[in-house]
Amino acid sequence: MAFAAFGQGGSPKHGSPTKSNGLVALFLLLPGLAYLALFFLTPLVTLIITSLQVPDASGEIGVYQYGFRLENYSDAVAMFWPHIARSFVYALIATVAALVISYPLAYFLGVRLRSKPILQGLLLTLVIAPFFISFLLRTFAWRQVFSNDGVVVQFLHSTGLLEQTQYIAGTDFMVIFGLTYNFIPFMTLPLYTTLERLDLRLLEASNDLYAGPFTTFRKVTLPITMPGIISGTLLTFIPIAGDFVNASPDFLGGPKTAMLGNVVQSSFLETNDYPTASALSVLLMGVILVLVSVYVKKSGTEDLL
Amino acid sequence: MATEFIARGADLSLVGIRREFPGFTAIESLDLHIPAGEFFALLGPSGCGKTTTLRLVAGLDTPTEGQILIGGEDVTYSKAYQRPVNTVFQSYALFPHMTILENVAFGLRQRRVDDPIAKANEALALVQLGHLANRRPQQLSGGQQQRVALARALVNRPSLLLLDEPLGALDLKLRREMQVELKAIQMEVGLTFLHVTHDQEEAMDMADTVAVMNKGRIEQMGAPEKLYDRPHTAFVAKFLGQSNLFTGEVVEQNSNSISIDFKGHKLTVPKERAEKHSGRITIGVRPEKATFHMSAPAADSNINVIGPGEIIDIRFTGVSNQYLIDIPNIGEVTVFAQNMGQSPVVELGAKVWVSFKVEHAFGLSDNPDQADSEQ
Repeated sequence: MAFAAFGQGGSPKHGSPTKSNGLVALFLLLPGLAYLALFFLTPLVTLIITSLQVPDASGEIGVYQYGFRLENYSDAVAMFWPHIARSFVYALIATVAALVISYPLAYFLGVRLRSKPILQGLLLTLVIAPFFISFLLRTFAWRQVFSNDGVVVQFLHSTGLLEQTQYIAGTDFMVIFGLTYNFIPFMTLPLYTTLERLDLRLLEASNDLYAGPFTTFRKVTLPITMPGIISGTLLTFIPIAGDFVNASPDFLGGPKTAMLGNVVQSSFLETNDYPTASALSVLLMGVILVLVSVYVKKSGTEDLL
Repeated sequence: MATEFIARGADLSLVGIRREFPGFTAIESLDLHIPAGEFFALLGPSGCGKTTTLRLVAGLDTPTEGQILIGGEDVTYSKAYQRPVNTVFQSYALFPHMTILENVAFGLRQRRVDDPIAKANEALALVQLGHLANRRPQQLSGGQQQRVALARALVNRPSLLLLDEPLGALDLKLRREMQVELKAIQMEVGLTFLHVTHDQEEAMDMADTVAVMNKGRIEQMGAPEKLYDRPHTAFVAKFLGQSNLFTGEVVEQNSNSISIDFKGHKLTVPKERAEKHSGRITIGVRPEKATFHMSAPAADSNINVIGPGEIIDIRFTGVSNQYLIDIPNIGEVTVFAQNMGQSPVVELGAKVWVSFKVEHAFGLSDNPDQADSEQ
């Protein structure tokens, strides 16, 4: 009985299964496609349209008409290029700092603790633990730690490591510190995943072939874990470049630390300059897209992504 | 300055090696000397400590006690990358992010040998893989990967080449081919080979000297023919080939031979072929050296006879037939008879007597029941 049913279903028409499979696939993809169209494509198109709008003839603030004013972009760059540059410099420094801190941590978790799974799981939980507390609260807490009348600053003042007129809150260092801190788990987790799968026998083979620990790291461990480094740096660099919380004067930033995200926020919400805010957003997206493609191409791992 | 390119093998000495791990002792006490240029096999079941021994020699592990000398130089505490030793790993451990050629050139580059690419190409040609130089390891078959691993180790002309069951993952035909190839390469380059394996045929086939390891100790060591002809312990008699073993009290001895009483049968072994001459001892014989008869053979002091028994199993293996004969109150005896053109003359259930020449018997230093109870 079962065989007969199987035979009937499977063999008679060879053409139809593929066709209906295609339809089934399309049907299953529909929710995803609809989601993308509704929540990604539509806002993107709206954003691009807004970025080209012209001010209303009435001159009223916050009222714009449809247009095709490419100067919106050049004006935005001319006015805000220091913020754009600052965003990418901050993002670069914070990403490198996160990588330097995360790699040894992930190596310890994924390689050294392999024989102690309980400790490994516990420490891995600690890496993720900050996510259990609100991002804003944690960032604000750092401001308290480094506040002008806080213990840290007072200690630095009393030891003379920091001039009496100097403070930490609101400096470049404070913002980069916050960015690094907030995005470290996004670096650690992909690194951990690749290091956890690293075949230690390859390191033994390298040792056996006259390579010392440093050479083995440079020639074997590093190239093999490159996919983790790529995904980790992308996962930190992209959100950091667009971040507006850490650099905000309400949190860790000061008057001279505003990033692109802060400009977009104030243009949208304070000065109601929607075209400039949109143009800056599109620019940020474009620059990141170019940087990431060049980066992935350069590191020669496009087949690993 | 380029490191000297060593062209000949060196000898290896292990002196009083002991390796303890938390909870167990992998190697109890090991003394071993391998002369330069020899093909030496460490044979044993899994968990006997043979791979640990190899890792100690490679420098991937450090002994709890004892000394390791390569070419007379103490390397016990030197690092793996400082030793003139290369390993062909069981898993091959080829670098997946490098081409075959770069894999082979890796060791040469580390030692800054002149013209590493040309030498790597030569080594690949030696293992007949020159045409695959630019492939990646994952694009190669198991046998090809194994040969790359061999080339990667050999190209460095190490004083000592370690082989960690490198043929284990290959199918039978390829394994035979590789065994022949490996032996030929060893003869050609004249390096000292230390081969670790659990495959007794492979060890006997390739090695000049075989050491049988069990529970962290070497049970017996010698040329393959000698080990096979005169095993000293029940473990060796059973692990290296098959054996029929008979245990009994010594009842008679003269200047040339000793005899035991084995459940009513008198079995004799030449004195020079026996490890122990008094008390309760075990006498054994290889199945192919035993024969069976349809009627009781005439009494002869040069022949041991047991039986009668019943043939309970016949296995045809191509070259020979394997007969299992059950003798009441005694147990089972195995006899191999070569297929020399005649079909087997006996069938299941036939009543037969088993005999073997006294000169083919061997006496062990221990008894199989003791060995079993130790386990």
